[in-house]
Amino acid sequence: MKPFTYERAASPAEAARAAADRPDARFIAGGTNLLDLMKLQIETPAHLIDVNGLGLDKIEAKPDGGLRIGALVRNTDLAADARVRRDYAVLSRALLSGASGQLRNRATTAGNLLQRTRCPYFYDTNMACNKRRPGSGCSALGGYSRQLAVVGASEACIATHPGDMPVAMRVLDATVETMTPKGQTRTIPIADFHRLPGDTPEIETVLERGELITSVTLPKPAGGTHHYRKVRDRASYAFALVSVAAIVQPDGSGRVALGGVAPKPWRNEDAEADMARGAKPVMARLLAGAKPTEENKFKLPLAERALAAVLADAKG
Amino acid sequence: MASPRENDVKRRTLMAATVATAAVGAVAPRAGAQTTPAPPAPQAPSSGAVPALKISFTVNGKPRDLELDPRTTLLDALREGLHLGGTKKGCDHGQCGACTVILDGRRINSCLTLAVMHQGGEITTIEGLGTPDKLHPMQAAFVKHDGYQCGYCTPGQICSAVAVLAEIEAGIPSHVTADLNAKPPLDDAELRERMSGNICRCGAYSNIVEAIGDVAGRKA
Repeated sequence: MKPFTYERAASPAEAARAAADRPDARFIAGGTNLLDLMKLQIETPAHLIDVNGLGLDKIEAKPDGGLRIGALVRNTDLAADARVRRDYAVLSRALLSGASGQLRNRATTAGNLLQRTRCPYFYDTNMACNKRRPGSGCSALGGYSRQLAVVGASEACIATHPGDMPVAMRVLDATVETMTPKGQTRTIPIADFHRLPGDTPEIETVLERGELITSVTLPKPAGGTHHYRKVRDRASYAFALVSVAAIVQPDGSGRVALGGVAPKPWRNEDAEADMARGAKPVMARLLAGAKPTEENKFKLPLAERALAAVLADAKG
Repeated sequence: MASPRENDVKRRTLMAATVATAAVGAVAPRAGAQTTPAPPAPQAPSSGAVPALKISFTVNGKPRDLELDPRTTLLDALREGLHLGGTKKGCDHGQCGACTVILDGRRINSCLTLAVMHQGGEITTIEGLGTPDKLHPMQAAFVKHDGYQCGYCTPGQICSAVAVLAEIEAGIPSHVTADLNAKPPLDDAELRERMSGNICRCGAYSNIVEAIGDVAGRKA
């Protein structure tokens, strides 16, 4: 790791101010992704702001019947919360399908939203990567792309968002709450939180410099049956090739979001009008405009079959 | 993580790390490690670019004070700073679980956290679970069921296994738990899923599951 200085922030506003003052600073919470990247010198912050002491580790009921999840709630605690298990099971299932027990004990709610891609060329500092070194090119185009995006990508970048939790958050219509360096709060619908790569794949979210995630809120429970089906190369502890987060109502209507196929959790509410008619029409609209490579075109039928399996499960 | 090509790269990295560790072991044999002075690098910043930080936490019930380069992981602080060589460095990237310790009652990868982040923390390593004369039940069960071959992953496996039984006891569900709202069962599928963050290159998995099940049975 490159040398860095270290401070413990005392309040969200102070943390945001400190980060805004130093472009070379990073927040550190669980550290499970950031420290990995720092060891590989993909991330080289000169200053770390430890936000673990900010008390943002509670899950609270909201007056509207929803939940406010503190940014520092660990994946294990969120997945195991009785209210989440009962009313937002898709979120528990998504969290439990990710990483390992050790990692889930450290990884945080906010950190999971900000997880970086596992594109092999992002990780290999000898290779061109527009996300890691803007303007250097994309080695994945024409390279090894089996794991990478089939939809929402660009000529500059075909990396996927690697997370499971954010896919469930997307299907639950979560909202991200932040503190800006000026001490103001901001709310960002999860649909708008992650950016598509376009010409600037290095900019992955709409967060401004220094802006700190303080919580994620969920609206009141949506009812229905909750499903998270993750397809991967081994049965545990692997990233998704394709994942399906879905909520299905007794009349067959519902919502669906996909992981493993795009630079962000992938959902199109218009496609959900066809849920009661089965997986094929939903996927035709949800994956419209897909541009897969030879190596990852299998993801298109795989996503349709994964949703078909979910819809069959929902019928019981 | 899942691609064959990437796996090849990771495997090479892992092997290189293991060779490096073995080499260090050859210079400072394990028996002498307790009295060998710590190498200077993790204790004081080699570059002098940033000041060392003071940190105090409890390790295996004993208060410990260290002065560390902020870059020092908890794993390196335990091994190099406190000469607790039981916790192993495998991949150093959170993929193998050899570095698993119990922090404030929970298992974590000590390679993916900085020591300075744990002021006042309570850490239990394999050295704190039992002694050669009085093994922890999980240690005894690993011996009884032959839950290892080379033994390199074993301290991490045992720390993880102890915490897994506590997680099941606390009602924390897993990926294979059928009913999220019921107490998770203590079957092999649960143990295998929950232990998936601990890789054993020798493939002692079936005996590891038997050892954990044995301890769980005795507790029940």
